Parts: sequence; C-alpha cells; structure tokens
Amino acid sequence: MATPPTAQPVERENYLNKHYGVGSWLLTTDHKRISLLYLISITFFFFIGGFFALLIRLELLTPAGDLVQADTYNKLFTQHGQVMVFFFLIPSIPAVLGNFLVPMMIGAKDLAFPRINLLSWYLYIIGGVMMLHCMLTGGVDTGWTFYVPFSTAFSNTKVIEAGLAIFVAGFSSILTGLNFIVTIHRMRAPGMTWSRLPLFIWAHYATSIIQILGTPVIAITLFLVVAERALHLGIFDPKLGGDPLLFQHLFWFYSHPAVYIMILPSMGVVSEIIACFARKRIFGYGFVAISSISIAVFGFLVWAHHMFVAGISVYAALIFSLLSYAVAVPSAVKVFNWTATLYKGSIRYDAPMLYAFGFLGLFTIGGLTGLFLACLGIDMHVHDTYFVIAHFHYIMVGGALMGYLGGMHFWWPKISGKLYPEGWARLAALIVFIGFNLTFFPQFILGYVGMPRRYYQYPPEFQVLNVLSTAGATVLGVGYLLPMIYFLWSMRYGKPAPDNPWNAAGLEWKTPSPPTTFNFEQEPVVTWEAYNYEELDAHPDEEAPRVG
Amino acid sequence: MFDNFPLWPDRASTAAGNVDALFIFLLIVSGLMTLLIFITVVYFSARYRRQRGVLAEQIEGSTPLELTWSIIPMFVFMAIFAWGAVVYFKGRTPPRDSTEVYVVAKQWMWKLEHAEGQREINELHVPVGRDVKLIMTSQDVIHSFFVPAFRMKQDVLPGRYTVAWFRATKPGTYHLFCTQYCGTQHSGMIGSIIVQEPAQYEAWMSGGTTGPLSATGEKIFAELGCVTCHRSDAQGRGPNLQGVFGKPVLLDDGRTVMADENYVRECILDPGAKRVKGFQPIMPTFQGLISEEQLNALVAYVKSLSQPGAPGTKTAAAAAPQDSNKVAGSQVNP
Repeated sequence: MATPPTAQPVERENYLNKHYGVGSWLLTTDHKRISLLYLISITFFFFIGGFFALLIRLELLTPAGDLVQADTYNKLFTQHGQVMVFFFLIPSIPAVLGNFLVPMMIGAKDLAFPRINLLSWYLYIIGGVMMLHCMLTGGVDTGWTFYVPFSTAFSNTKVIEAGLAIFVAGFSSILTGLNFIVTIHRMRAPGMTWSRLPLFIWAHYATSIIQILGTPVIAITLFLVVAERALHLGIFDPKLGGDPLLFQHLFWFYSHPAVYIMILPSMGVVSEIIACFARKRIFGYGFVAISSISIAVFGFLVWAHHMFVAGISVYAALIFSLLSYAVAVPSAVKVFNWTATLYKGSIRYDAPMLYAFGFLGLFTIGGLTGLFLACLGIDMHVHDTYFVIAHFHYIMVGGALMGYLGGMHFWWPKISGKLYPEGWARLAALIVFIGFNLTFFPQFILGYVGMPRRYYQYPPEFQVLNVLSTAGATVLGVGYLLPMIYFLWSMRYGKPAPDNPWNAAGLEWKTPSPPTTFNFEQEPVVTWEAYNYEELDAHPDEEAPRVG
Repeated sequence: MFDNFPLWPDRASTAAGNVDALFIFLLIVSGLMTLLIFITVVYFSARYRRQRGVLAEQIEGSTPLELTWSIIPMFVFMAIFAWGAVVYFKGRTPPRDSTEVYVVAKQWMWKLEHAEGQREINELHVPVGRDVKLIMTSQDVIHSFFVPAFRMKQDVLPGRYTVAWFRATKPGTYHLFCTQYCGTQHSGMIGSIIVQEPAQYEAWMSGGTTGPLSATGEKIFAELGCVTCHRSDAQGRGPNLQGVFGKPVLLDDGRTVMADENYVRECILDPGAKRVKGFQPIMPTFQGLISEEQLNALVAYVKSLSQPGAPGTKTAAAAAPQDSNKVAGSQVNP
C-alpha cells in the first residue's frame, strides 16, 4: 500500500499475545485462535496430499510402471484424494477464513457456540490422526470414491480405518456449518441486515446449508460400507443381495454438493477481493447473493451426472443432465457479475487481486468443461478419463484453492498483524497460475484421446502429454511453497500491518490488526450498505464511517 | 497425427463422428465464452487501472443485464443438453438384429464370447459395418468397457447385465480400456478391438468353435434339468419359454416386466423375485451353482427360442400355435 504503516513501539494487546502457552491454544474458544489451529492442521495435510500428488506425477512420467508398485500407486491416488478433499479443501476456507471472519464481518464477538467450534477442531484432528494411522499402517486403495463391491469385499487394505476417519471428520464439518448458520442468524450487529451482509457471508451461509444437509449422508454411506465389510450385511454387494448403484447414488448425493462446499466460500472470497481492488460495490449484489443459495439448492439435485455410464436408466440420465445445466446458470451469473464489477472501477493489481483474476480464469475453464461432462453424448466418451481429472482440478484447485490463497493474502495483515512481501506474493501468484495450467490443461487432451483415470501404466502414445503435466506439477509445487515460506518469514520480519492496509470496506477492517480477543471494543452499529467504497474513497484520510 | 503425441482419438465407429461433432460444437461455444470473458476482464483491467484522482463509478447492477446473461446461457445450455441427449440415446439403444457378444469382466481380464461360439480373451474381432451388441456382466467388482476410437463406454456390473453397442467403420486395432478402477492391475486390464473387413472376419470366424452359444446353452438347459419343468408345451410346472424373450411378462404380483437379458438372468438366480403369474414358487435358485459363462449360454438359449429357425424351433413346432401378442404369463394354465 502507498501509506506506510505507522510505527508502533509498544505492541497492543491482541488475540495472539493475550495469553501464552500450549494450553491457551489447545483450550481456546476464541474463533480466531481456532482458525489458526485449523490453518496449521490443514496446511500439514495439504503438504501430505501434495507429496502424494508429486509421487503420482513422477510415476506417470514414463508409460511403464517403474517408480512404485501398482498397489502403492493405487494407495497414492486414493489418499491424495481423501486427504485433499476431506482434510484440506472442505475445511480450508470455511474453517480458516470463515472461522476468523464470519463473526468479525457481522460485528460479533465470536461464533454462537465457541466451545462447539473448538470441539469441531478436535473432531477434525481425531479424524486426521485416524487417517494418518491408516496411512502409516498400510493405507487404503479403493479410490477416494470407495466404490463397492471393491471396497466392501475385494480390497485387502485399511478400508474400515479410512472410512471411520472420514466419518469422524465429517462431524467437524457439520458442527462448523451449524455454528455459522446460527451465528449469521442470531449474532449480526444492529443494522447489519441480510441485504447488508458481505457476499462472503452469503457464500458461507449457503455452504453451511450443504454441510448440514449433505454430510450426514456421506456419514451414513461410509458407515454402511464399514458394516458390509465388517459384518457382511448385504446392502451394496450383489452377491449378498445388495445393489452397488445404491452406493453410488448415496455417495454422490453428498460428494457432488461437496464440490460446492469447496467452491462457494472461494466465490465469497473473490467477491470481497474484487470489490476492494476495483473500489466498487459488487455488480448485482442481490443476484450474486441469491446465486449462492440457488447453487446450494440445485447442487443437491444433480448427483447422478456422475453415473451416466454406470448403468442407470436412460430417462434418469436425461433428467440429471438437464438439472446439471440448471446449476450452471447461477455459476455463470456470478462470473458475469464479477466481470461487470470491473467496469469503471479503479483497479489495482496487488497479490490478492492477481489470485482473484486467476480464479476467474481457471473457474471459467473449469465451469465450461463441466458443460462437456454434463452433456450426455460427450460424457459417454470422456467419463472416467483424464478429462474429468482436469475438469475437477480446475474447479477444486484452480477455483477453490486460488480463492483460498487470495483470501489468505488479503486477510493475512489482519490475521497476523504483519504485511507479507508484495513482490514475492505477485510472483507466487503468477507461478501458481502458469504451473496450474501446464499441469492440468494437457490432461483435457489426454482425456479426449482416451487415457483412463487411475492408470498406473499407460500406452506409450500418451507420454508427451503426461511429461508436460508432470513438468507443470513441479512448477506448481514451487508456487505453493513460496507463500508458505514468506508468510512464515513475515510473521517475524514483516512490517507491522495497519488496521486497514487495503482501505477495504467491511467490519473486520475496523478492528485492530491483529484483533483483540473480542474483536470490537463496543458493539458496532451498521448504518451503511456492504461495499461502501464510494464513501471510503470520498474521504480518503478519515476512517469513515466510524464504528459505534 | 504424430504417433506419440495424439491430439485427437481415432474415429472408427458410427458414433465417433456424432460425438466429435458435438464436442467440436462445445469447443466453439465454450471457446467463444472464454474469449468473451477473458477479453472483457483484460480490457476492463487495463482501461480502468487505478489512476490518481479518478474514482470508481458506483453502479448498483442491472436487472435487464442479469436476465440477459441468465436467459441466453440457459438457451445455449438447453441446446447442448438436447443434442447431447440425442447422441446418448442413440449410443444407449442397440439396433435390432445386432450381432451379440457376451462379455464377462473379471479382475483383471476381459472374456468375450460371440453368439456363434468363438471365445476370446482381451481381444474382440468384429467386422466393419455390422452392429455389435455387447451383453456384459462382471464376476467380481465393477469394471467399465471403454473403446476410445468408438467413443463408447459402459460400466460392467456384477449381478446384472449392462448393454452397449457399436458399429465399426474402419479396419484396424483399437484400445479396449477398463475405466472403472478395479484394483491392483486396473491399468493392465486392457485389450484390443480388432476390426476386420467382412471377408477377413468370416475367415477368422470359421476357426475352431464348439458351436453357437445357444447350443451350449441348450445342453446346459438339459443337464441342469431345466427342461423337465420348462417344457415346450403347456403341461410343464414352469412356464413354457418358447417365444417369451423380448415380450412383456405378467407377474404373480400383478406387475408386468419385459423379458430381457436381465430378467432371464434374475429368474435363474433368484426365481422367486419376479415369478410368472400362475406358477408355484418351486424353482430352486442357481445362485453360486453356475458360472457367468454358463449363465450367458442359458440366456442365449432362451433368447434363441424366440427367433425363427433357432435351435428350439423344432420342438416349438410341436406345441400349439401361440398368440405372440398375448402376455406370456396368461398363456399357460394355472
């Protein structure tokens, strides 16, 4: 920022320095401290999942299976998926940024249930330790999708352990969602009406609905898998009188909406960033807010588009294809609104904005290739090929992760009280964008020429594209390591952050950096609309409008 | 295209052209949308970059614009949906009189048996220009039958039949991949589809065979004693199977089902599940007693009883003339 931070000789009391010691962290009920606990834990799992991805890409450098054993490879992609989905992406933005920001954005002291918030972190950790234990004692090789009857009757690996780990971690997600919904309903500051909520809050509200309604279904499903495997109850295995397609219906009933658990919060982050760096209210605020809710609702009605060639009836397939296109509309509406927000803005290209641009580009490609997969005639050919892999990585990594990184940069001054090095951050954003496209774009082509997913060895004609993809993955790896390094560096050496380094709208910026334990000295009273950049920029030297 | 750097798969079936045309249409539509968004974003970002003394102009939004960019994509999406549905519907509906091949998948191989009796493993010989219907099941986990050059894929499930079809258009050897993860050697569960000119194919087909699959089925039908109840007249304790296949069957509980491959299969493995009206539940199950291959042969045999000139027609001629339009269950005396 142009304005240099004012020197602060004596450190103010804040949520970080108020208490010291391990106990003050492990028993904290401060949403900001819990957010940091989550940050550390999910970063740990992100690098485990990333390490697995690296080994997968190295194995695929050559057509022959030569780096690891076939069984090891199968465990690698299985646990890469499980770790990244259940232990990184699903908690990522809600549990870290959402935990930190939801109370602050609505002018509350904490979440509605601070102890349940801590409980949800402990459940996550218990699930995570169970998952680590599963990996260290042999791992699991069913694919993250646990398809039956392979998982219940044929796999010789730790299916029960992995299933239970995810089962437990799921409750963490349910409790976070519950906490957010109650908080958003009950704890808004005076004047913070629904139509004044930041879009980040709307996105988290929609996400929480999915977490509460969807997660119990995956819990039930995994429980039934465990029951069938352990007790030979005939639920899914046709040899025992069960139906394997029933499993797929149940699994995708959660796991499709789960994609929206990952992407909706990211959309919320992007709305905040674009508004701030274009100095404008988001174009079509109401439509963007409602589109989050309609994505959450329609998202529950499209699950069988994962099953077009699984043996469902032609007519079921037609309905699910049609509904899948319906859910594409609100996503497209969001992209158009963000683009329109730039019109007549006053745009700066700081690192968070670069990530938001990256999100726009990658999410657009990810979303448009979703149209290919929802198209029945094309899905017959590309289903279960690398086309699918590329598509969902564009959404879940290109979309969700870019949003997460953008958000981490945007709010890092608030979270840590320190400024990160802007030059390095812009470089990292660029490296991530280039590395990402180099990794995953070739996979679209690989998929259309016919390379199936989950292949340990492959016909030699697919090698060139695989080499490109592996090269991209190494670039991407560097891009992910950089922020981790300079964030850590900035905690010690970074310049102290002013309270509102971006001169951004939103109640969270009216707290000190880092905030005090209860965020606001007195309960704020909101008299302005969200994204009041006009007022902020009209009086650049005052901190308008004032809280209280 | 380059040998080790293909950018487009071979096009070797009638479906391939349809899928490719649709794919190219989508590439154009999404390419245009991507360009539109990218150019707009880049232009706005450059045109409205922050300048000293210039403030952003606040714009609330615009309902007409919102409606425009909701409704136009909606129509485009509906067009894509409809086109995709047509291609899919064609791909999922095997034409009548297709040549039939029974496929049994297992960890980690493909076993294929032609209706004429030829058996193959991980290879399938087919002629150019003939519709081939695959009747597929799995002995263990879920697999998936994928031939990229044909743009055709269908999961293969244990405990039931799934059906796929194709008509090859270009001689050559094409990949057959398993695309549903099935365990350790999933990526080794690959084979070849060998498409031949009809003359070559006939020569290949004249090679050693134990006779048509339906004849094998007839033998099993006799060996297992099925023939004692399923007689070719109206006096049997089980339904007469002549002419039943491919027609609706009235069940004991009042429902009507189509007598297709899955129904015949289910009747053999779980006779009580969908019992024909007017018969007692006396048939034993053959679950676990016969292999998938024997089951396929029995299905092929039952099917042959509904075809003119098929093995069963000798005996069928002795039976009273039947009204083929009637529901099968109503033809027999209770």
